[in-house]
Amino acid sequence: MIKRLLVANRGEIARRVFATCRRLGIETVAVHSDADAGMPFVREADLAVRLAGDAPAETYLRGDLLVEAAQRSGADAVHPGYGFLSESADFARAVIGAGLTWVGPTPESIEDMGSKVRAKDLMRRAGVPVLDAPSQPTEADLPLLVKASAGGGGRGMRVVRSLDELTGSVTAAEAEARSAFGDGRVFLEPYVEHGRHVEVQVVGHPGGVLVLGERDCSVQRRHQKIVEEAPAPALPDATRTALHEAARAAAAAIDYRGAGTVEFLYDADSDRFYFLEMNTRLQVEHPVTELVHGVDLVELQLAVAEGRSPDPRTIGETYGHAVEARLYAEDPSTDWQPQSGTLTAMEVPGVDGEFDLLNRPGLRLDSGVQPGSTVSIHYDAMLAKVIAWAPTREQAVRRLAAALRGARLHGIVTNRDLLVEILEDPAFAAGGVGTAFLEEHPPSPAVPVGDHAIAAAIALAERDRASRTVQQGVPVAWRNVVSQPQRTEFEGDLAVEWYGGRDGYAVVGVTVVSASPTEVTLERDSVATTYAVSIAGSRVDVDAPGGHRALTTVPRFADPADAVASGSLLAPMPGTVVSVAVEKGDQVDAGQPVLVLEAMKMQHTVTAPHAGTVTQIDVRTGSQVAAGEILAVVEET
Amino acid sequence: MTAEVGANRAAMLEKLAELDAEHAKAVAGGGEKYVDRHHARGKLLPRERIELLVDPGSAFLELSPLAGWGSDFQVGASVVTGIGVVEGVECLITANDPTVKGGASNPWTVKKIFRASQIAEENGLPTISLVESAGADLPTQKEIFIPGGRLFRDLTRSSARKVPTVALVFGNSTAGGAYVPGMSDYTVMVEGQAKVFLGGPPLVKMATGEESDDESLGGASMHARVSGLADYLAADEYDAIRIGRRIIARLNWRKAVSRSEPVPPTFAGSFARSFARSFAEPDAEPEGLLDLVPTDLKEPFDPREVIVRICDGTGPGNMRPFDEFKPLYGPSLVTGWARIHGRPIGILANAQGVLFSEESQKATQFIQLANQIDVPLLFLHNTTGYMVGAEYEQGGIIKYGAQMINAVSNSSVPHLSVIMGASYGAGNYGMNGRAYDPRFLFTWPSAKSAVMGPAQLAGVMSIVARQAAEARGQDYDEKADAEMRAFVEASVEEQSLPFFLSGMLYDDGVIDPRDTRTVLAICLSVIENAPFTGARGYGVFRT
Repeated sequence: MIKRLLVANRGEIARRVFATCRRLGIETVAVHSDADAGMPFVREADLAVRLAGDAPAETYLRGDLLVEAAQRSGADAVHPGYGFLSESADFARAVIGAGLTWVGPTPESIEDMGSKVRAKDLMRRAGVPVLDAPSQPTEADLPLLVKASAGGGGRGMRVVRSLDELTGSVTAAEAEARSAFGDGRVFLEPYVEHGRHVEVQVVGHPGGVLVLGERDCSVQRRHQKIVEEAPAPALPDATRTALHEAARAAAAAIDYRGAGTVEFLYDADSDRFYFLEMNTRLQVEHPVTELVHGVDLVELQLAVAEGRSPDPRTIGETYGHAVEARLYAEDPSTDWQPQSGTLTAMEVPGVDGEFDLLNRPGLRLDSGVQPGSTVSIHYDAMLAKVIAWAPTREQAVRRLAAALRGARLHGIVTNRDLLVEILEDPAFAAGGVGTAFLEEHPPSPAVPVGDHAIAAAIALAERDRASRTVQQGVPVAWRNVVSQPQRTEFEGDLAVEWYGGRDGYAVVGVTVVSASPTEVTLERDSVATTYAVSIAGSRVDVDAPGGHRALTTVPRFADPADAVASGSLLAPMPGTVVSVAVEKGDQVDAGQPVLVLEAMKMQHTVTAPHAGTVTQIDVRTGSQVAAGEILAVVEET
Repeated sequence: MTAEVGANRAAMLEKLAELDAEHAKAVAGGGEKYVDRHHARGKLLPRERIELLVDPGSAFLELSPLAGWGSDFQVGASVVTGIGVVEGVECLITANDPTVKGGASNPWTVKKIFRASQIAEENGLPTISLVESAGADLPTQKEIFIPGGRLFRDLTRSSARKVPTVALVFGNSTAGGAYVPGMSDYTVMVEGQAKVFLGGPPLVKMATGEESDDESLGGASMHARVSGLADYLAADEYDAIRIGRRIIARLNWRKAVSRSEPVPPTFAGSFARSFARSFAEPDAEPEGLLDLVPTDLKEPFDPREVIVRICDGTGPGNMRPFDEFKPLYGPSLVTGWARIHGRPIGILANAQGVLFSEESQKATQFIQLANQIDVPLLFLHNTTGYMVGAEYEQGGIIKYGAQMINAVSNSSVPHLSVIMGASYGAGNYGMNGRAYDPRFLFTWPSAKSAVMGPAQLAGVMSIVARQAAEARGQDYDEKADAEMRAFVEASVEEQSLPFFLSGMLYDDGVIDPRDTRTVLAICLSVIENAPFTGARGYGVFRT
């Protein structure tokens, strides 16, 4: 029996595991980096152990420190969550070697499935269909996909559409895989153009393999899932059954113990599926399965870790449809750049439970952050998962879209609008979209801000009024001689002109019905809309029934001392400098790479804006930089 | 709405439209051509500079906007003056309008700036001068040069009173004008624009034969790096204003009268109630002020209807909006206590036009009461003057009127005056007219002020002329008399109207009656920058 469990992870998944532990009477231990010290998961745990440093390599990826933390805190079991060391056989061995219970499959199973090449061999032998590329590809075999054997999360993955590209793509993928996973092995497989990503949840236990249906996770960006659902829509029953049986066979082939996911590529055109890989851990998207099947997957993981088979009475009946959307702090309009900063507000309307199975269809929130949390550059930028469960897919999608649209997410750019757009897309509504969905339906350009900006300007004026130290009762921007409107400027060449005075605010086209620093009601064409406004520094978040807009105020004055020298290269995002290609005094050409910056799972090459001399270089490999920080100056020659 | 009220309102709205048109002239400055040229040089207009200088969303009370009205000079007198809040500090701001003859000072400019500096002095306000002026208007130099020196004297005396002065120099500030930055405590000059020297290149050439240029004689960069006249070198106009705001932010300014800042009703709900005094908006809609003033000022109106529309309404700590003093005695003058934006005020308001002995005595007592408790006074004018006639002269009306004028003159609490309607004869004095130096005096568009009503004045002149003719045994020319009366009546009428009087700097501005409460609230806040206590002594009260 597990008495005290350490979660070797952070954020949302740590909270998820703790929630089940609390219900089962298991004490909880968190580990946390310095950057995470204030996060909710640390506070919620019964005990917390600090891991000095911020970078994952110093903290959550340090198996030795994690085992030491477990021992120090008196934990008798370790749950790895997902990501980080969840699929590290070495870590599993270290945990087991220290006499602790490892909540996960055996190190051998992890190793079997960790190498994609080896996994495919195993599956082929077990009779599970796999995609095989010829060793000497010809034109007829195109397109092909280059994948890293040790990969995941889309890294080291490349689509090859002509044979000329093949060698280059393989080399590039090898380099990427080596830097990302320390293993440069790559392999080829046929690329299915309109493939769907369908995966099956299994739980291997002493009595056999429990199959808990499938999930469709085809909506992906940069090969990472953002919308997942259970069951998979538009799937013939026979295929569904065949998928489940293939997954059972896959798990049985390696005598798999614990929760795992067998991922398949489903080609709807031919109604055929192929084994992709098996994830030997809990998946991010596990809640959709939990809701539809009425099962707590973490509870099952713990049961198996304790050597028991799942009690059938802990599994409810299968009912309805669940859809999950992953809220990320990222900007879909700038190539999904991860965002960092302070989340000043986070409210999702109508949540029925957090980390909860829900006793009837409703809305679930699994979140790792809370209002005031800092989203740092060090870790995955996922803020929360919002999951809707309803009798039918249509109802679940509608509920989820409404919840996301009405959510108050302030202080940081998120992918919320994109998620709403996906959920409301007719193709998505029809069901069965492929993994190329987002490439075929790129995010729409931002909707014009319109009255949101007016509401923001009025709220800012009310904030200024409230912070006055003299003449507090005097109407805002009162003038006995009116010469010009007041001007509130926002980034993006956006300005709102308004008048104050005796009769309150006057803005062309709208009537300001009421105003406060947090709420503004505007009437346009006799229709009143109330805007909720949240101001944090220069950022203004405006929520209305029509959606959310974030605006950034432009200060009236800029101190020339703060101005940036022309030719300065600014960090486009917060991150780490991974390489610097030039030295001070070097001559560079326009477009020549100066340095490479990495943030989250992206590398960004910063190039010279013009030909010239590098007169200043303020960073070196390993430097952490904030967005907007000056990296180097190239003086034009 | 009765027909009469409707007519009152229509007349007032018409006068307000005229007022807007006159203000628009001042705002237009030197006209489109010069404004465009100024903008094309990348420069800002004076009111654009002020809008950037004051705190976002704060009020700006422009003073004497109609200065020079009716003269040969542009309405507004090529300078903008007013009170604005900069970094939470109430400041007296002046800004030359370079689109009007290069911002040159004419006699009205000088009068307007003197009035502004008087307000700064009386109320202890830091001064910010936004300088860009071609200097003196040479054709009228005789009216400017000698008195104009006071401008520089006032700046340094302000400094000596520990009230800081700041000059932001945007352009020309030469010859005498060079002493504005010269006499200011802090000076900011805009690079490439400010030009500050005693004599320009031609004058230097004439005087000493030296060849020179603008930049070496008075450029911003030179003054910041060589002469030290500029404390700060601003990159551009925005930067100068930014620096100006930073200077004020560091003044460690504390108002002389410290009280917890009263809080308006919008915030009274939450935090405000606990630690600050709140106040309520008036019990009656200020909009109604437009209906009150009869088109014929011979008809009196009840000033209580004004008071209930400009003073704080019923609320916590203000159980009655107006506590009338001596309501049964001297009913032609209403006196009593009220609050405006949470600040106490004593009010004297004409109710029936004429002031009798009783009203004069009541006023005298009330003014002394306000001084006893250090409460400012508000005078609401609608008076035709002190009563004349044998009965009243014999009853000592002069004596009692003198008592009232004595009390007004020697009262040392701040006075505010609003001329709502008539302000004739010695009534103007007793009710604290311009000559009695109220801290602020504003006029409604319905006001009229003169030694007496135009018809009465013309009639008096006719009677006197007729008597003179009779004394000489001549026939009186009735036709000439009628023409004379018509002419006198018309010209006195014109000269007693608010735009004319405002043009003469006899008030601080003509205001929309609906803004009265706001204007007075700003004034009451502003006067707290200088300490005040009620008078301990008066002139001998003749009995």
